[in-house]
Amino acid sequence: MIRLENVIKSYDGNKNVVDGLNLEIRSGEFVVLVGESGCGKTTTMKMINRLIEPSSGNIYIDNDNIKNINKNSLRRNIGYVIQNVGLFPHLTIDKNIATVPLLCKKDKADIENRVRQLLELIELPYDEYAHRYPRELSGGQQQRVGVARALANDPDIILMDEPFSALDPITREQLQNELLGLQEELKKTIVFVTHDIDEAIKLGDKIAVMTEGKIIQYDAPEEILKNPVNKFVEAFVGKDRLWKTPDMLKAEDIMSKSMTKIGQNRSVAHAIELMKQHNTDVLVVVDKVSEKSGKILGIVGTNRFKGVGDNSIKMKDVMKSDFAKIPYDMCLVDVLNIRKENKIQFSPVVDIDDRLMGIITNASIINVLTKLVPEREDY
Amino acid sequence: MNLVEYFAENYMYILEKTGEHIYLAGVAVLLACAFGIPVGFSITNNKRVSNIVIGIANIIQTIPSLALFAFAMSIFGIGADNAIFALFLYALLPIIKNTLIGIRNVNPAIREAARGMGMSKVQIMFKVEVPLAISVIMGGVRIATVTCIGIATIATLIGAGGLGQLIYQGIGMMDYEMIFAGAICSALLALLADFLLGIVERRLTSKGIVKEDIA
Repeated sequence: MIRLENVIKSYDGNKNVVDGLNLEIRSGEFVVLVGESGCGKTTTMKMINRLIEPSSGNIYIDNDNIKNINKNSLRRNIGYVIQNVGLFPHLTIDKNIATVPLLCKKDKADIENRVRQLLELIELPYDEYAHRYPRELSGGQQQRVGVARALANDPDIILMDEPFSALDPITREQLQNELLGLQEELKKTIVFVTHDIDEAIKLGDKIAVMTEGKIIQYDAPEEILKNPVNKFVEAFVGKDRLWKTPDMLKAEDIMSKSMTKIGQNRSVAHAIELMKQHNTDVLVVVDKVSEKSGKILGIVGTNRFKGVGDNSIKMKDVMKSDFAKIPYDMCLVDVLNIRKENKIQFSPVVDIDDRLMGIITNASIINVLTKLVPEREDY
Repeated sequence: MNLVEYFAENYMYILEKTGEHIYLAGVAVLLACAFGIPVGFSITNNKRVSNIVIGIANIIQTIPSLALFAFAMSIFGIGADNAIFALFLYALLPIIKNTLIGIRNVNPAIREAARGMGMSKVQIMFKVEVPLAISVIMGGVRIATVTCIGIATIATLIGAGGLGQLIYQGIGMMDYEMIFAGAICSALLALLADFLLGIVERRLTSKGIVKEDIA
């Protein structure tokens, strides 16, 4: 765990580059610091491995104040990846990766094994690449080696300073995906600095949006997209962002909460009355109407009442019970697919306990999309 | 006039003078390395000091060699020490300047990566800066060596011997073979030294570093 407490950094004594920053990063979390250039994000990151010393405030790693840890041993236990890769051009790839273990004077055979393992991890075959020099590798390969080098000493924490920003878009995306794959496997605590909000959203478990040395919002990417705390975050994230990343929209964001419920033991006559009252032709049948969120049993539409004259017939007898339930965290794309495949218009959304949360209809989807599409001037 | 005959008859004398020449230039360059490389290192981070140091070395370089020998003679008197001191001063500029440039040209990203991985200042110097700057530093040493071998021909004027002695004696005696023997030997010596140092430079430089071809 990394904890920054009221950290201030000022280079000239007047302007605070980092201004009273508080941040807690849990172990195994991938946190992205994002902001425009000069917002203090890189400074914040570099204070974690003491490349920059804070003017005041404290930083703790697993409750140890890093002021009390020897700078060099601190850094050897924190992986560090920078934008310009920074591989040593005079050393071969295996020596580059082995830098930190060699500094720590680890056993030679262990180091070689570790290098083999890491090269395998970044998919550069040992026999082909270990004895090449950095200049003989492509930019993307070099940065892969950069990441492997950061992992060499098996640190718990890895700091990454815009590691992919100098790469072409295709390689960048590839490396982003690989990094996500690695993280899935390794579960490191990663602090990642970028100015690219797309990258932040793609990679981060949590995103800290920074401006003028402060964190203005620290949240999961979905939260930042859906509920930006202020105009700045909204503008920075971009209003149409959600629209570009529809997989961030979950069923519970799309659903409408205004639906008409009916108890399983009510009669058809009662159902028709309810439909009239609420101006709808579909009802949701639940076990108990009184409770706020009853368990969903089925749905009934007007066509279910055809030829039913007997008032003793109850909802549970006529309802359609083999309907597609949508889990609350299903993303928009999947919801649309299910609706298309099953040719349904009326999809109830349920929580983990199968309790009714809301309803997705064509109208609710259109409502959400209208909100997402950026406002335009008059046509 | 038969140069080959002259060489055959006087090879012992020529070898002796060549030895003296190598001694003069060699010791001067070694001293200049021992002094100049650390100085070059220590001034990399201070623009003001480095400007002053380079300025002084530049001024020394502009003093005519004969005048410098004369000046050195007034301090050390005549003899080899005096000549070595003057040659040492000449060798300083290229060595300090190239060390400075070599270290300054190390990509800051590489230095930062080294720092970020927990290398101490000394480790950064020996594991990163020196290997990366070595070809530029060696370039300075080569220039200094060639310059010193050339200038050392004047050292004979203050009684330090060397191949210059053949040239000046030859001029005095109107003995062209002698003049040529001195001139050719000092020229060959300079070429050979440059060639050998070139090999050393390539040996010391990692294959991972491509030195841009500067014509």
